[in-house]
Amino acid sequence: MSNDALHLESSNLDRQDERLDSRSGIKGMIAGGIKSVKDGELGVLPVIVGLIIIAVIFQSLNSVFLSPANISNLLMQSSAVGVIALGIVCVLLVGEIDLSVGSVSGLSAAIFAVFLVNLGMPTILGIVAAIAAGAIIGLIYSFIYNRFGVPSFVITLAGLLVIFGLQILVLKPAGTINIPFESPLVQFGQLLFVPQLVSYLICAALAAGYFVSRFMRSQKRKKNNLSHRSIRSIALSAILIFILIAGITAYVNQGRGIGWMFVSFLGLVLIVNHLLMRTSWGRSVYAVGGNEEAARRTGINVKRVYLSVFVACSTLAAIGGLFAAGRLASAAQSSGAADTNLTAIAAAVIGGTSLFGGRGSAFSALLGVIVITAISNGLILLNLESDVRYMVTGAVLLIAVTLDAVSRRARTAHGRA
Amino acid sequence: MTSPTIDGKAETANVLRMRGVSKTFGAVAALKNVDLDVNRGEVLALVGDNGAGKSTLIKILSGVFSSDSGTIYIDGKERAITSPADARSAGIATVYQDLALCDNLTVVNNLFLGQEISPANLDETAMEVKSWELLKQLSAKIPSVQVAIASLSGGQRQTVAIARSLLGEPSLILLDEPTAALGVAQTAEVLNLIERLRDNGLAVIMITHNMVDVRAVSDRIAVLRLGQNNGVFLTKDVSNSDLVASITGATDNEVTRRESRVHQDQEG
Ligand SMILES: Nc1ncnc2c1ncn2[C@@H]1O[C@H](COP(=O)(O)OP(=O)(O)OP(=O)(O)O)[C@@H](O)[C@H]1O
Ligand SMILES: [Mg+2]
Repeated sequence: MSNDALHLESSNLDRQDERLDSRSGIKGMIAGGIKSVKDGELGVLPVIVGLIIIAVIFQSLNSVFLSPANISNLLMQSSAVGVIALGIVCVLLVGEIDLSVGSVSGLSAAIFAVFLVNLGMPTILGIVAAIAAGAIIGLIYSFIYNRFGVPSFVITLAGLLVIFGLQILVLKPAGTINIPFESPLVQFGQLLFVPQLVSYLICAALAAGYFVSRFMRSQKRKKNNLSHRSIRSIALSAILIFILIAGITAYVNQGRGIGWMFVSFLGLVLIVNHLLMRTSWGRSVYAVGGNEEAARRTGINVKRVYLSVFVACSTLAAIGGLFAAGRLASAAQSSGAADTNLTAIAAAVIGGTSLFGGRGSAFSALLGVIVITAISNGLILLNLESDVRYMVTGAVLLIAVTLDAVSRRARTAHGRA
Repeated sequence: MTSPTIDGKAETANVLRMRGVSKTFGAVAALKNVDLDVNRGEVLALVGDNGAGKSTLIKILSGVFSSDSGTIYIDGKERAITSPADARSAGIATVYQDLALCDNLTVVNNLFLGQEISPANLDETAMEVKSWELLKQLSAKIPSVQVAIASLSGGQRQTVAIARSLLGEPSLILLDEPTAALGVAQTAEVLNLIERLRDNGLAVIMITHNMVDVRAVSDRIAVLRLGQNNGVFLTKDVSNSDLVASITGATDNEVTRRESRVHQDQEG
């Protein structure tokens, strides 16, 4: 038989079909990468390219843009919207949307401020109340969605108005409540930076965590006679990851360093990523987004999946609102207004989560929010007013959605819809 | 109410007994007072014309639709099947005519959807190994279990859907046209599998329009016509013309007319 050589070369359980191309090594990885881009599997590529273009343009226009201090600032700035975008990723994955996350974040800030300042409650109670409010809003949305089948964009559009009204009501009569500077939340939002040593330890822990988890998986696959990555390739990836994140950290440490708020955002991304990729709940979220009826027929409780994502989304929006309140040291009627909604949704889509459901990942919130914050930060550095900023952000969102639609079409053409 | 059974063990061995099951969609009565028995270690072929109500019956048993009236007994006990989860806990597994797979998920993820191993921290290796075992058993021609369902051919998808029904050790398997999209080898493999399932004491209901398949594996044949029972036959006793007459509802039908025409052409 002519295929014997191939079979001998890879006798793994999952590598026996002769039609599989057994490319290996770095060359194979690059070739495979090019192929998947052609097939419409764009992955994170457009985001990385976009980030490089943004960096080059803004740096050449204003050399402050890539300075350590500005990057440090940019990461802090992106955290609040990033957390909100993380929730948006969850609802987009089931093919739904929440247009009210901005208002929810504003209401959450308002509730916290009223509890802390007007009622003199301890910080922790304010935080719990604000987050509980977010969760309750998600419960109400999912109840209406599951019970009456109203499209989520209508429910949440109505919710946007109602919640904005609530926010104004809560903030009456002053309209704005300043949160004292000594409040732990404000410290967290403005002053708490990771000590240098700790920051490198975190980088090392992340790389080590990556290595250990991949190594254990690879060992297990090897034991079960499945194809697996070599320890060398895993170690190489882990080292590259460490160099990348420690390099960024070292650079940012020349400025104010990395804020705990950003680290918390990263932590949330990792948690949501684990839930989406490594739990049966995550599988059911993707399944419902891909084919709701098929998911239902496998016995998945589809209504509970919708409930969980709506609650996750508005809870994360409430947490994002607290982040923003800490950063601004106030809760105002304008908190979370106007562009927060669209920025968060744009971030999720720009990062690569599909509006059509069933595709995307927690990391798209991280990447997308960095892109969008970088643009708005760069435009502010150029002293451009909000008019231009809105228009540019709108254009970028349109490009991202177009890429999403086009790559979806390419996937269909290549049988990967 | 007594239907022919293979060995006379009759009622005691009934894995499934349906009595007076009806279902209407708006003005259409898809099922009217349907009775059906399936025994342990038996393959029942469910046949009938297009729109006869076969898929509807399957979907009632698998909890996709709920019936308007009638009772379902599983292992002699009355069971209300109101959701796919109920059907699963009653030991019923289904391969749907439209397969019901998620295009965006990989083969492994589809196989284990809703019944993942170690839900809080998925054991992907175990699931992949088990997937390969199942697919090998079906002689599946699937290059990799880590590709999205969307990139598979129709027959490959059908194999995945069949493989999925075997997970979770059901006692009754419902197959809605399982061989419709399969190649010659895979069809034979599925028929072999059905025989193996029967020999292991499972009950199988197979819907098919292919009389060769019906003859090849079934023990009994139940005919549905316009949503109603139209006879139950022992496969080894029934003639093709009787069967066709029962399906179409007339001894003078399209099939007999065509046969006699072909006959005349050959003679003339
Ligand atoms: N979801 C539905 N809504 C409305 N009517 C339906 C629905 N499903 C089936 N029907 C009707 O019920 C009747 C039986 O349909 P069913 O799908 O059970 O037929 P079938 O025997 O499986 O046919 P086929 O051999 O073509 O698969 C048909 O008249 C069909 O129009
Ligand atoms: Mg049918």
